[in-house]
Amino acid sequence: MSPQRSEQLLLIPLRLAAMSAAVICFLIVALLVLESLPALNNIGWRLLSDANWRPTPAAADGAFRVTPMVVATLVITAGAVLLAAPLGLASALFCRFYASPSVAVVYRRLVELLAGIPGVIYGFWGLVVLVPLLGAWRPPGASLLAASLVLALMILPTVALISESAMRAVPQRYVRAAAALGLSRWGTIRSVILPSARRGILTAVILATGRAIGETLAVVMVVGNIVRFPSGLMEPVRALTGNIALEMGYASGDHRSALFFSGLVLTGLVMVLVLFANRLGHRGAISDA
Amino acid sequence: MRRLLLGVLALALAACGNGDQTADSATGGRLEITGSSTLAPLIAEIGARFEAAHPDARIAVQTGGSSRGISDAAEGLADIGMSSRELTETEQRRLRQHRIGVDGIAVILHRDNPVDRLSREQLVALFTGGVDNWQEVGGADRAVTVVDKADGRATLTEFLRFFDLPREAIAAHLIIGDNQHGIRSVAGNPGAIGYVSVGAGTVEAERGTAIRLVAIDEQWPTLETVRNGDYALTRDLILVSGAEPSALTLAFIDFVRDAAVHDLYADFGYVPAAE
Repeated sequence: MSPQRSEQLLLIPLRLAAMSAAVICFLIVALLVLESLPALNNIGWRLLSDANWRPTPAAADGAFRVTPMVVATLVITAGAVLLAAPLGLASALFCRFYASPSVAVVYRRLVELLAGIPGVIYGFWGLVVLVPLLGAWRPPGASLLAASLVLALMILPTVALISESAMRAVPQRYVRAAAALGLSRWGTIRSVILPSARRGILTAVILATGRAIGETLAVVMVVGNIVRFPSGLMEPVRALTGNIALEMGYASGDHRSALFFSGLVLTGLVMVLVLFANRLGHRGAISDA
Repeated sequence: MRRLLLGVLALALAACGNGDQTADSATGGRLEITGSSTLAPLIAEIGARFEAAHPDARIAVQTGGSSRGISDAAEGLADIGMSSRELTETEQRRLRQHRIGVDGIAVILHRDNPVDRLSREQLVALFTGGVDNWQEVGGADRAVTVVDKADGRATLTEFLRFFDLPREAIAAHLIIGDNQHGIRSVAGNPGAIGYVSVGAGTVEAERGTAIRLVAIDEQWPTLETVRNGDYALTRDLILVSGAEPSALTLAFIDFVRDAAVHDLYADFGYVPAAE
């Protein structure tokens, strides 16, 4: 078989696999839209303008405002990323440039282990350790801050591992050239490593944000789940994911449809995030050239 | 795990029994059961025993909340619906009810809270935000944290019905999903007040979890008081079926109410209905 021929054969399953991924993604969005339609028809703008969230199966006597949960989701995620991004980056720099080789190996294994712990474990830890600690200071403890802290801990390994591999991908000759120019270790990091690895680090932060925005169980356990606009760090709020998890099993009719709408909004948020990331990455590439 | 073991046991028994047991047409086939998450684990275990005794029967149990169970049974999507709340009048007209047991709802506080009994009025005041410090009901100077269940839970419906409160009246600081989540939330907060199934609460308190079950108007929530009716905050556990249930459906409901499976009720802290 000629090389071209075998390549052609390989191409078919690859195309099929790529296409099915795209189709599945499309079908999921289509399902969300389809299931949200009853809510959009029967509830409509009230999803934004109702006084609060008091779902009942019949749209007429319920209230279905989802905006407080959208805002809460964004604030919780922003808090988690603001905490995890610098810490994750610092962890990557330590592991790559400051730790001795033996320490670096052990440290990296630890971070990898942390990355593998499922969200529900972080949530349980938050519920039995973190929330009572925060509660002793300012009850009830379950709060926006608790959720951001638990999520930050959860996504920190993602930031650390991916940005470290981006730093490792910086060509060695850059580093040697920097050393030849007499740059200090920090000088090399600041003016050579970080600018070259910028896109990889950005990808790390975006992936981590995606994980934080979609995390459900860990958030439900520590956030308090009261539907209202965030008014302080120590106030309980409810995230979109938590809303679906808490009520989907018990919902029917327009209530169920409104929950699918929550899911659609969540998917929309993630899409905006990805588009945003693409644009940022693009701009970086141009200025690199 | 226990459920899995029972399932395996049921399969093994079914395999052994196949040779000498003649197929009983009345108890062959598949039963779809949906509804209350309070009842589902119990019914699943009873189902495993039923399958062991009737190798031709398959009992499929799914959770989805009492309302889902009731509507599935009414629309014929399920053979049996499980409900841990009272049926509305419209629902009652379309379905046959089979009361199988009783579950109490206990008000729980943190173990370090010195309050051990509350009156009905005090409870209403606590849950609606009228009292926001434990000092006002004989406790320490500490803020009250009200732990409430998420919308759609039968426990919430029954709790509101007992105190004759509308949903909006509860001034919740925390909203939780299942019993475990509620128990952990109360155990982690000395000012918390919440409510859970008496069975789950008793088991956890005995295990050393930092919660306390309190008396309502001097009525103590225990399995004994739930059984003999001395504790008023209870709810019926109900199976519902369509107006004309199949022979298998009736056979299973009889099996669920049989004294031979009462030990399983005790495992979950429920009280089986008297014959």
